[in-house]
Amino acid sequence: MLEGVLFFFIVVAGTGGELCVSRAMKSIGEVHDFRPSALLRFVLHALRLPWLWAGIALMALGFFSLLAILSFLDVSFVVPVSALSYAVGAFGAKFFLGERITRHRWLGIAIVSLGVTLVWLSRH
Amino acid sequence: MNDHHHHTRRLQLKTIPLILLSVLLGPLGNVLLGKGMKGLSSAHSNRLLDFLPLIYHALFSPVLWLGIACLLGFFLVHMLLLTWADYSYVQPATALSYASVAILSYLLLGEVVSPLRWSGIALICFGVIVVGRTHPNTTGIVP
Repeated sequence: MLEGVLFFFIVVAGTGGELCVSRAMKSIGEVHDFRPSALLRFVLHALRLPWLWAGIALMALGFFSLLAILSFLDVSFVVPVSALSYAVGAFGAKFFLGERITRHRWLGIAIVSLGVTLVWLSRH
Repeated sequence: MNDHHHHTRRLQLKTIPLILLSVLLGPLGNVLLGKGMKGLSSAHSNRLLDFLPLIYHALFSPVLWLGIACLLGFFLVHMLLLTWADYSYVQPATALSYASVAILSYLLLGEVVSPLRWSGIALICFGVIVVGRTHPNTTGIVP
């Protein structure tokens, strides 16, 4: 039961947090100016956005859930987690951020998560 | 149509270098943080008071600060990328950090990377190239 809850937090809170950060950044719009003073203004602007803080809180929840689960379960548990977060991320991007995910992009995401799974499996 | 291609090309030109920077800064920050923490003290203790000198020492560890700077830099680059690039474009691309970790640990630490791991990394790179050929932004910034 506890594993299930932590598993849910790792995938949904971790990826959900990144989606919230993404939403905050999209609302700022494309950055063109990369001079230090402009970057500072960009950071100060970002820090005023509630979506950014929601995202950071969710990412922290996901991170601590991962630490907690690793304290009593084997690392191999992370295998399905890391592969799933790419699927959750893509669906979130489509429905929460309104991104258009072409068949081409789905294919690439599937190949990447397959590759990540292989890398995790190779740790044993 | 030509205009559209031009726009894709322009976005890729600023997106790809920043993605490469982020997949270098992230793992580098993690390694430095780990090194810094291990260098502090190996005393195992459950008493909260024993952690106070640890925190004090941490304040003066240059490796630790360098690691934190790298991770802050990583987060800044990540945030900048997401102001124009899709999350569904950036997220798979960050998996390239598995490649940079393997290459760095092979070159710098002389670690053996298993064939299974190299094949996983090759798949990741192939997948990122497939994603990278799509337009980085699909949420309505008109070229």
